[in-house]
Amino acid sequence: MTQNSNIRTKPDKHRYTFEGFGSEKHPNFLLRGAGDLNNWPLRVYEGTHEGYQALRKALQMAPGDVIGEVKASGLRGRGGAGFLTGLKWSFLPQDTPDKKYTRYLAANADEGEPGTFKDRAILEYNPHQLIEGMIIAAWAMQCRKGFIYFRGEFKWLIDKLDAAIKEARDAGYLGQNILGSGLDFDLDTYRGAGAYVCGEETALLNSLEGRRGEPRQKPPFPAVKGAYGQPTNVNNVETLANVPVIMRIGASAYASIGVKNNSGTRLFGISGHVKNPGLFELPMGTPLRYLVETIGGGTLSGLPVKAIIPGGASAPILTPDNLDTPMDFDSLHSAGSEGGSGGVIVMDESTCMVQAALRAMRFFAHESCGQCTPCREGCHWAEMILSRIEYGQGRRGDLELLESLVSRIMGHTLCPLGDAACWPLESIIKKFRREFEAHIEQGKCPAHSESVLVSA
Amino acid sequence: MTNPHPPNANERSLAPGQRLASTKKTAMSESAVAEIRLLASRYPDKLAATLPALYIAQSDMGFVSLSAMQEVARALDVPPNHVYGVATFYTMFRKSPVGRFHVEVCTNICCALRGGVKIFERLRERLGVRPGEVSPDGMWSLAEVECLGSCGTGPCLQVNYDVYDELLDDAGLDAVIEACKSGRVAEWGSPALRG
Ligand SMILES: Cc1cc2nc3c(=O)[nH]c(=O)nc-3n(C[C@H](O)[C@H](O)[C@H](O)COP(=O)(O)O)c2cc1C
Ligand code: FES
Repeated sequence: MTQNSNIRTKPDKHRYTFEGFGSEKHPNFLLRGAGDLNNWPLRVYEGTHEGYQALRKALQMAPGDVIGEVKASGLRGRGGAGFLTGLKWSFLPQDTPDKKYTRYLAANADEGEPGTFKDRAILEYNPHQLIEGMIIAAWAMQCRKGFIYFRGEFKWLIDKLDAAIKEARDAGYLGQNILGSGLDFDLDTYRGAGAYVCGEETALLNSLEGRRGEPRQKPPFPAVKGAYGQPTNVNNVETLANVPVIMRIGASAYASIGVKNNSGTRLFGISGHVKNPGLFELPMGTPLRYLVETIGGGTLSGLPVKAIIPGGASAPILTPDNLDTPMDFDSLHSAGSEGGSGGVIVMDESTCMVQAALRAMRFFAHESCGQCTPCREGCHWAEMILSRIEYGQGRRGDLELLESLVSRIMGHTLCPLGDAACWPLESIIKKFRREFEAHIEQGKCPAHSESVLVSA
Repeated sequence: MTNPHPPNANERSLAPGQRLASTKKTAMSESAVAEIRLLASRYPDKLAATLPALYIAQSDMGFVSLSAMQEVARALDVPPNHVYGVATFYTMFRKSPVGRFHVEVCTNICCALRGGVKIFERLRERLGVRPGEVSPDGMWSLAEVECLGSCGTGPCLQVNYDVYDELLDDAGLDAVIEACKSGRVAEWGSPALRG
């Protein structure tokens, strides 16, 4: 399977550092060696990044104590919902004398949320950190097998992970009786084929089983009935890559980074109209302003910032008065948005918010799996209504119509994709209502003669 | 309701009433069948081999035609309906022929904020193809796609499975087209792109 020729050699133009990165104030746990394409092999990971030391430490501990350590660290899932990782791990059923389980572990490398490009950096530069995190997680939950589910477009990263997994297996970190601990665990990669919804954990499991990526009804939760009907834990790549860090520096040291109930560092991707887009690791709770103005350098055009989406395209939109919001799950939630996947999208004054709403809705309408009616029909209708507003055929009452759609989709869908589609729409209409009304009254887009954000 | 811009049927995986494209090539090569059978043993359940098998069929037969789906069902010994369902769900299984260089441009929000839509329009002119078509010489096909996970270096595009995540501008676009023409990009269906 592995073809080394597909491993990336072309320079990567993403920016990963900023002034002061790597200092005590801005520790570097997840981006060590990022930007250097020779950083990935086992030799480098063991030689310069203390690779697999955390695994050795974890294997000396009882599995339950490893879960306890992750709980104590306060680590919250980086995939979107911010659920406590240690708690999630404790949901998997344990073997009893008369019932033995085959438990699975899955890493979510689907990375489909627009604005998000963080997991790929871990996969590209520190694949062994993910592998080590997965082995520690497997020890903690006593899993038999792990899968890394990739979005189909990440072909070159799958080849890299296949190569890294082989290295780990050859070194005795995967396979039978790992480092004499009695743990049998192996990893496999799986390639999706272009469906955003497969990032949702139950859709991911269906896809992993070779089915249509349609989310499943919950309960039963994956911890009870997951891949192949067995108890399964699904975690985001970044979440798992934090596990070796916690083991290495200790739960209390990890918990002291960031803010209350939001510990550790997080990868924030900043994109859109900023001068310096890139991927930056910052302690949780860093103010949004620091990211947008200091690291991002403000807007490229020099125009004022108009709007910010702080957690990937499905997070509700914020305005410049929210710039002092700390970037952690709880503060962003209180500010009316979500931490989501950590993708920060900045828009300057020139942006037409109707176009932005239309482009986002087109995405969700396209990616709706079609299983449940509110999401399938609702997103499509919302796209059509937004489209006629943008192209000058909006009618009086269209905004109310959109709002009534939102209330009929939100909370009525099988998986959170419907909600994800409504959050940005609802907040954009609320905060930029005048702009929508101007489109309808004037019968055209007041800002642009042609659509800059949506193709005809 | 009047909708001035109904979604383009060609950009959907399979529009209602649209038929699956047929092809002259109706059988999969022996080596591809063998590869698929080997795959089936790699997973806890052979059904799980459906997606990887469709990738193999796609590069072996050029695109995922109805025959390709049937061949996958036969090779894995699973119901053809299961394979139809899977193949039509995922956009990366191409249900119609593509050019030797299938160019996919991200026009999602972050790339669009940095000119992704312009890049797409320009490519449409430069390559002389509309989305869903193949150029007469068989060289090019073009599609607008959703976020490729390179938002920080957008606008970006992908040619076959090669990613160009490098803040593309017009000059960059020319370089990509040149790279394809001079054979520096793996062609659609070439063995390097398998699996
Ligand atoms: C529509 C949708 C798309 C999602 N996409 C992703 C994704 O691309 N990557 C990811 O890690 N989580 C994604 N999630 C979240 C997962 O369902 C899940 O919560 C996450 O993988 C759990 O990992 P964590 O506990 O480590 O955060 C998505 C959720 C939804 C509803
Ligand atoms: S929006 Fe284009 S790569 Fe993410």
